[in-house]
Amino acid sequence: MNSETTSRAEAQAPPLIRNAPSKGWVSLGLRELYDYRELLYFLTWRDIKVRYKQTVLGAAWAILQPLATMLVFSIFFGRLAKMPSDGVPYPLFSLAALVPWGFFAHGLNNATNSLVTGANLITKVYFPRLTIPISAVLSSLVDFFLAFLVLICLMIYYRILPTENLWLLPFLTMLAIITAMGVSFWLGAMNVQFRDIRHAIPFLIQFWMFATPVVYPSSLIVNPIMRMVYAVNPMVGVVEGFRWALLGTATQPGPQIIVSTFFALLLFLSGAFYFRRLEKTFADVV
Amino acid sequence: MAVPAICVQDVSKQYHIGDIRRGRTTFREALIAAFVAPFRRAGNVLRGRATGAAQLDKEFWALRNVSFKVEQGEIVGIVGRNGAGKSTLLKILSRITEPTTGYSEMRGRVGALLEVGTGFHSELTGRENVFLNGAILGMTRAEIYRKFDEIVAFSEVEKFLDTPIKHYSSGMKMRLAFAVAAHLEPEILIIDEVLAVGDAAFQSKCLNKMQDIGKEGRTVLFVSHNMPAVTRLCGRAILLDSGGVIDDGPAHKVVSSYLNVGYGTSALREWSDSANAPGGEVARLRAVRIISANGQISEGVSIKEDVGMQMEFEVIKGGYTLLPHFYVYNEEGICVFGALDQDPVWRRQPRPEGRYVSTAWIPGHLLAEGTLFVNCNLITLSPNILQFKVQQAVAIHVADSSDGNTARGDWTGRMLGVVRPMFKWTTEYFPAAAPASSAGSGRDASRNNTT
Repeated sequence: MNSETTSRAEAQAPPLIRNAPSKGWVSLGLRELYDYRELLYFLTWRDIKVRYKQTVLGAAWAILQPLATMLVFSIFFGRLAKMPSDGVPYPLFSLAALVPWGFFAHGLNNATNSLVTGANLITKVYFPRLTIPISAVLSSLVDFFLAFLVLICLMIYYRILPTENLWLLPFLTMLAIITAMGVSFWLGAMNVQFRDIRHAIPFLIQFWMFATPVVYPSSLIVNPIMRMVYAVNPMVGVVEGFRWALLGTATQPGPQIIVSTFFALLLFLSGAFYFRRLEKTFADVV
Repeated sequence: MAVPAICVQDVSKQYHIGDIRRGRTTFREALIAAFVAPFRRAGNVLRGRATGAAQLDKEFWALRNVSFKVEQGEIVGIVGRNGAGKSTLLKILSRITEPTTGYSEMRGRVGALLEVGTGFHSELTGRENVFLNGAILGMTRAEIYRKFDEIVAFSEVEKFLDTPIKHYSSGMKMRLAFAVAAHLEPEILIIDEVLAVGDAAFQSKCLNKMQDIGKEGRTVLFVSHNMPAVTRLCGRAILLDSGGVIDDGPAHKVVSSYLNVGYGTSALREWSDSANAPGGEVARLRAVRIISANGQISEGVSIKEDVGMQMEFEVIKGGYTLLPHFYVYNEEGICVFGALDQDPVWRRQPRPEGRYVSTAWIPGHLLAEGTLFVNCNLITLSPNILQFKVQQAVAIHVADSSDGNTARGDWTGRMLGVVRPMFKWTTEYFPAAAPASSAGSGRDASRNNTT
């Protein structure tokens, strides 16, 4: 939507708000997005508030989900299949991946559906539409932090200290956020018109998990070039980075993280532009 | 010279209505369409028809070259029948959707209320929803904090502020939602008629609030089907019909031309096609007329003359006792009176199939001057079932000639009152020569209704 709000500071002149047809690619409207940061805050806050309403276990769900998955993986992949785990106990190995992965999967799922769930807002109020998927991803961060606490407990249990690369964790989390947002910009915008996406999402997430070293170590791939190609999936960089920074796995994921970052940014920017391009039709087709 | 607060220039909005109303909604259809389109287009070219992808869909112009300007501080009503393009216009003004061509420009902070309680979440408490809804409507957090107490007081739901609103009654939800909306302080306010839902008390609260907003010098754009509210609130009105501006001017004039659309007069409405006429399987309304004493369709009537409200309806299924009736509303939305069937013959007996023309005669020297809106209804009795109800079917424009022979006497200024009957006046006079006992003028009034 080509609607620009001129600066409010401009000589006290009232802002001019214009609505005219836009053609092709439009700017990201970052300034406007910034102007609406409070709405972003409230939408995120609402999602968090509402998520575990009317549940008995409440926020415990955020802990139970990765924990239960970790147990199942440990029994089947760790014990029975004897999956290698880069020299760390398998439960810890899998949980260190499940925490960022769970965030990504939830964020992606919520954000992709967010535009359709928020249809009543889209058809009745104007605001930068990007706030909807962004807030959906951000609200999943709460679950991520709760799950992270479990990971810390498990590290204490196994008496494993984080490495000095711990400082990279915020960056890696950022990488996961950007990836989740980038994919959900693409899929969320498509989902407005093609509800097929909604049904495809669970499969996509499942396939994507097996394309990410969650249950297995990426060290299974030996060829260094293939490892780079593998890292085109940004979640490879995130998961390998988490294990490396927290558990000290000797996988040297530096180059992988760089490749992953590049593709995450590509996904994010292309997704944002694609979203902005389709945005003008949302209110008419949702 | 002030720049207009709202400027709409040649705005058109096109929707595509394909086989499925919302266009192609699945990949499969999109793929098939993408595959078939080139062939279809080629076929069209061969057959000498217009080309271009757009032509393949059914097009529908919700708005066509709409232009107008609104000065700062004006309260403008937008009227028009369903499907005239009112909602589309509001969606473009509030930037929910883009115009297909043309542009709209607004100077100032815009608040758009297309719905009461947008974004309310039933699991959240009243307090939380005030903040959420406020933010969605464009208030800052600081602003909501500042007005919070005021909003709560206005909503009258203090006691339940920390209860999830799923436990609220619909009335409470509505009050809370309106309280938030009412405390929005934009320079330009765009309101859809959804605000006019709820009970009568709530409606009048809404309308009063809107009047206050207008008095504060803010620009208001108000869409409504409620003609009395439009004439009361708005100085100016814009009439839309099939996507275009038909009329733009003083509210009362535009409202009467709204009632005229397609009829040439606001004193007559006819339904030529029985299938589309109001009503059901028992009876259908075919015409409503305002007539003068000689039976002519009469758009403007003198306050002195009798005026007839006439409805013509057909009874399709006989054997019911009917109660045709009218309700008359003034510009303020006040119901002046109801006129229920008094016909000596048909009043208490079942009616056979056929056409009926019922007329209620309003005596002269009763109506106040101004525009009166007539609702035309029909009920079948025992059990009481509404057969049709047409609001603002026709209008009566009553003019008070200032010739000294009406209730206003020799006064030519503004006159209050819902009705304006002639009274019999008497005066007793006590000459000043007599000491002390000064005069008390007799005020023996009696109604003087002619029939």
